[in-house]
Amino acid sequence: MSSGLYSTSKKDFDKTLDLTRVKPYGDTMNDGKTQVSFTLPVADDDRAVAAAAQLAEKMGLREPQVVYHKSLDAQFTFFVVYGACEHTVDYTSIKVHTVDNQVMGMAETNEFIRDRIGRKVVIIGASTGTDAHTVGIDAIMNMKGYAGHYGLERYEMIEAHNLGSQVTNEEFVKKAVELKADVLLVSQTVTQKNVHIQNLTELVELLEAEGLRDKVVLVCGGPRITHELAKELGYDAGFGPGKYADDVASFAVNDIVRRGLAKRTA
Amino acid sequence: MENRMSHSKLNLDPKRVAEARELAQKIALDTQKFIDRHTTVTVERAVLRLLGIDGVDAEEVPLPNVVVAHLQKAGKLALGAANAIGNAVLKTGLTPQQIAERTSSGELDLATLPMGDLFEVRAKAMELARETVERIRANRNRREETLKAVGDKTGPLLYVIVATGNIHEDIVQARAAAKQGADVIAVIRTTGQSLLDYVPFGATTEGFGGTYATQENFRLMRAALDEEGGKLGRYIRLCNYCSGLCMPEIAAMGALERLDVMLNDALYGILFRDINMQRTMVDQYFSRIINGFAGVIINTGEDNYLTTDDAFEAAHTVLASQFINEQFAVLAGLPEEQMGLGHAFEMDPELKKGFLYELAQAQMAREIFPRAPLKYMPPTKFMTGNIFRGHVQDALFNMVTSMTNQRICLLGMLTEAIHTPFMSDRYLALENARYIFSTMEGLGDEIEFKKGGIIEQRAHAVLENAARLLAEIERDGLFKTLEKGKFAGVKRPINGGKGLEGVVEKDTAYVNPFIDLMLGGKKS
Repeated sequence: MSSGLYSTSKKDFDKTLDLTRVKPYGDTMNDGKTQVSFTLPVADDDRAVAAAAQLAEKMGLREPQVVYHKSLDAQFTFFVVYGACEHTVDYTSIKVHTVDNQVMGMAETNEFIRDRIGRKVVIIGASTGTDAHTVGIDAIMNMKGYAGHYGLERYEMIEAHNLGSQVTNEEFVKKAVELKADVLLVSQTVTQKNVHIQNLTELVELLEAEGLRDKVVLVCGGPRITHELAKELGYDAGFGPGKYADDVASFAVNDIVRRGLAKRTA
Repeated sequence: MENRMSHSKLNLDPKRVAEARELAQKIALDTQKFIDRHTTVTVERAVLRLLGIDGVDAEEVPLPNVVVAHLQKAGKLALGAANAIGNAVLKTGLTPQQIAERTSSGELDLATLPMGDLFEVRAKAMELARETVERIRANRNRREETLKAVGDKTGPLLYVIVATGNIHEDIVQARAAAKQGADVIAVIRTTGQSLLDYVPFGATTEGFGGTYATQENFRLMRAALDEEGGKLGRYIRLCNYCSGLCMPEIAAMGALERLDVMLNDALYGILFRDINMQRTMVDQYFSRIINGFAGVIINTGEDNYLTTDDAFEAAHTVLASQFINEQFAVLAGLPEEQMGLGHAFEMDPELKKGFLYELAQAQMAREIFPRAPLKYMPPTKFMTGNIFRGHVQDALFNMVTSMTNQRICLLGMLTEAIHTPFMSDRYLALENARYIFSTMEGLGDEIEFKKGGIIEQRAHAVLENAARLLAEIERDGLFKTLEKGKFAGVKRPINGGKGLEGVVEKDTAYVNPFIDLMLGGKKS
């Protein structure tokens, strides 16, 4: 089954990089090489393998090779498939919403707050709704931080309150008022059936109803959160995987200054 | 205390281990004084369930809740629900279930029913309880006989989770996992169930990140695993979660439906679910008595400390907590062979020599708790979405499991931090573990650790720090320690958290026949 696997002969395609027609790269420009794995609810036999190959073709993978198949149960088979993706994307026309301020280190952020805000910034964070996982919010807020990035609790000029998990939106807003929070961080880690979207939307509505939305920096984060999604839901920023306390803090303090929120209204 | 450690490959000081254990015993005994004076709403609901009361009212409120709320409102809960039911059975001739139904409909008022002779009432309660106790004993015997007939596996048990939210879909996943070699199937509970002060009723098909723990769901999964195990000639263990606000009720349901493994840890609930410490310590005691008697292996949640705290720096908190959990289990009559004390492989992959430290700690736990079926948790905190590296991390974890002979090996999934496992994720995890356990079988017995080497020194340091922490806890008391945030870096006030309103001081005439009948986990 490895006959075509190491073949180097069939490379008669255009090997010039064209950013208006970008496709996956295996070991040669524009070879389109892609790997996918999936399970089909059918018995493991030749027909199943043909079905997997056909499915891969429909995904746009030309010359699909089912390199591995394994029965998971009488009526379930797992496949690993390689193929050459026929689709391309126009990279030059893509616009994404990213959090576009400079990321500052802890010392720099502290200094920024001292100079431009002139008082401690109050940040509250929680894993809201039914979500019981605190991994995300802990990574951002806890003293120790995560992967070498200190958490917000360690920032001298930040007063950080980690409210933990399963905090209702109502409770969260109440705490925000009570602690005079400048920045609200919401973490959504384990969610199913998009319950996190509903929960995040509800918080925005609640803040709007209370007349607080414009007075705070509202940020969400989690493995399924992108900045674009966050903006769409009415948040000021969203942070997905690979973002740390520095990213969040830098954005928040800049946003406070940008929007003139430094002066306490209350 | 007796020295249970045999030859230590780490040269652990048996005297220091015994001292630590003794401190933990004092800590547990001190807390037990508080426990013995109190009962809770869920303890009493568990008593009602064990007396045969089940079902829900028109508003879907479980009948055990209806009856306990009724008794609490009338100020009669301090006597114990068994007293009320025993008395009502004597007075009315009805069954406990009929009494609950009539209490719910308002036909019967337990509060105004005159209390009969306490000795007779107590005798009645014992008689009613005995029937259930026998049913649970039969369940235990059936498990033991099946294991004897088909032979129990030696070495690590492969533990995987199912978490679809739908019990019927869970069963499809569980059957496939059993075929692929899983020994323990854990049905993850839906997010938020730990904070419900009742247990939902019936088969359920909706949940978030897991499936409701209900007695019917237990029954359905048990039947499926018995059937699948029968075909495979193995006994497949079933695991669920008796943690949260309904610990003893879920323990009761598990005992009735022959679950084999139960997460069961008050400290976990206090720290990670903000459950009131007074409430959950009392709840834990009765739940462990039930688990002990039913032959259920409990799993404790120390591994979680390392997901919030640093796995290297906080290793001694895990050991200290294991010592304490061991002593609480002893007080509830739970034998060592059922103490699945928890720990985890959670060090930062970037930490140099991390594998050596993990190996040291796992071997240390193995030597300090030689008869306990230790529950070893895979990496979760540093699983990043890079499934390829994740699979390597899980492989390293499996290697430590094999080399140090952990008993309950909770298999890591390469897609941890992305989604609840796909059927194929589980297959890849099982394949990874089976490969490593087979190719490395016996390596642990071949290894001696270098005297004064990194591994030995690491284990000594963790033990020493744990013993020191236990001395501090012994001085301050467990409740104070939790208030100070010594575990997982989380602080919890003694009157804070959820469920405190469900704690009731016992009357001197309080009766719980199941404590009398089950304590000691004795077979006959």
